[in-house]
Amino acid sequence: MHLLKDRGFAVPSSEVTSRDVYEGRRHMLKLLAMGAAGATLSAWAGRDALAQSTTVRPNKLAALPGSRSSVGGTMEKLTPYQDVTTYNNFYEFGTDKSDPGRNAHTLKTRPWTVAVEGEVKKPKVYDIDELIKLAPMEERIYRLRCVEGWSMVVPWMGYSMSELIKRVEPTGQAKYVEFVTLADPKTMPYVGSRVLEWPYIEGLRMDEAMHPLALLTFGLYGEVLPNQNGAPVRAVLPWKYGFKSGKSIVKIRFVEKEPRTSWVKANSGEYGFYSNVNPKVDHPRWSQATERRIGEDGIFQKKRPTLMFNGYESQVGQLYAGMDLAKYF
Amino acid sequence: MSAVLKPGASTTVSARSPARAKPALLHPAAKPLLFMLCVLPFVWLFYGAVANTLGANPAEALIRSTGDWTLRFLCITLTVTPLRQWTKQPALARFRRMLGLFAFFYVVLHFLSYAWLDMGFDLATIAHDIPKRPFALVGFTAFVLMIPLAATSFNRAIKALGAKRWQALHKLVYAIVLLGLLHFFWMKAAKNNFGEVAIYAVVIAFLLGWRIQQRLGFGPE
Repeated sequence: MHLLKDRGFAVPSSEVTSRDVYEGRRHMLKLLAMGAAGATLSAWAGRDALAQSTTVRPNKLAALPGSRSSVGGTMEKLTPYQDVTTYNNFYEFGTDKSDPGRNAHTLKTRPWTVAVEGEVKKPKVYDIDELIKLAPMEERIYRLRCVEGWSMVVPWMGYSMSELIKRVEPTGQAKYVEFVTLADPKTMPYVGSRVLEWPYIEGLRMDEAMHPLALLTFGLYGEVLPNQNGAPVRAVLPWKYGFKSGKSIVKIRFVEKEPRTSWVKANSGEYGFYSNVNPKVDHPRWSQATERRIGEDGIFQKKRPTLMFNGYESQVGQLYAGMDLAKYF
Repeated sequence: MSAVLKPGASTTVSARSPARAKPALLHPAAKPLLFMLCVLPFVWLFYGAVANTLGANPAEALIRSTGDWTLRFLCITLTVTPLRQWTKQPALARFRRMLGLFAFFYVVLHFLSYAWLDMGFDLATIAHDIPKRPFALVGFTAFVLMIPLAATSFNRAIKALGAKRWQALHKLVYAIVLLGLLHFFWMKAAKNNFGEVAIYAVVIAFLLGWRIQQRLGFGPE
């Protein structure tokens, strides 16, 4: 099956020496010279690392440059752009995973503001273009594990959420962060359907939101986010199931009480506030022990084992020390 | 696979009532043509799997599509008898067995694609997975119940069982289609998305309701 795979993402030979690749290579060489990536580089060199680690821009949307970050760095094969942008859960545009790619073109991402409010000393309504420039843009390659049992590897563009949080200075009362996403019935055809309560709400504990892995995300594959992937700004929390990463965020609220998230409201028996990736705690209706890697695992290939905290246990495990993860799922 | 086989409506009898049947239904090409139509979804899925046109998650697409087609063929099979009566075309009964067997064909594909693509044919995992999940258990039960119906679909089996017992056995299709619907409902419940389920529910309620009404209206036959 693998040999037959071609979904139009084949890179024409003219692209191989494009400026981005060239710059990516230079970036790699710079890293090598600085020894910034340390011991892992020897492992990289043994693989087709240079071709891999250089994210080739698909040239579909505006460029969003940023420097490759080693935070959460994975050397796994990237999921093709085509799959990342046509296989989405974004219920405001339909519940079928091919719906958002077809329907989200109606979303208007300018003008766009993100209101940061609640228990903060410096509440502020940020214009999206101001928010993008708030901190240096980084490229982070993260695994993405959906609660449904599939996964991807995506090169996101963004910066740690903590950059924003530090600037608004949360008060002592701020125990949780709530993300409110856009619910515009005019541009989002499924807002108003009874699938979920709108607007879609997600939330994190403060220490989770402050964790360097928690990414405020503006792009992927070196370009701004496609609408179906949550343009113009979304959260990406690689150690949690994908639905925790709210898309098209319009409001970030700092609150004292645990936010009632959309999925908890819809079905608290199946979805919890934490929703950390955990192969040992099954969803009531299916096993979470394995996953299918989209675009890579062939149709007849066995699923791969799911890793604790999606493989980020060494980074985030201490956030949950002493917690019964079967109870706080 | 549908059960209510009334005397005088069996395949042989209806085939011998050309006066009431349109010639088209009795044309020698009618059954091969229907066969070709019924096999089209399979051809399309097979092509999609080979040519990789089933989207980002072809395994999921195969499992879902074969399940959809099972439910569709169950509904189509159950439509034969009411349609036969409304249109006064007893010859329609000729096609019921083939339609029922196609429902079985697609449920076998559905189960095999689950067992293979999702479970890697690991029997221990499958045996652990099915009872754990009510939704899978319901689907699996429906599949198992379809086996005796498919196994007794040929003429000699009908003779061997006797028409009465054969009919009684094939009434299982009502339980099967309801289990199939519950299986589908439970699957879609994950996304609180019942639009498609509602359509099947209305169709099935109508098909079964019509039979209940027949019973009440005309007494047991």
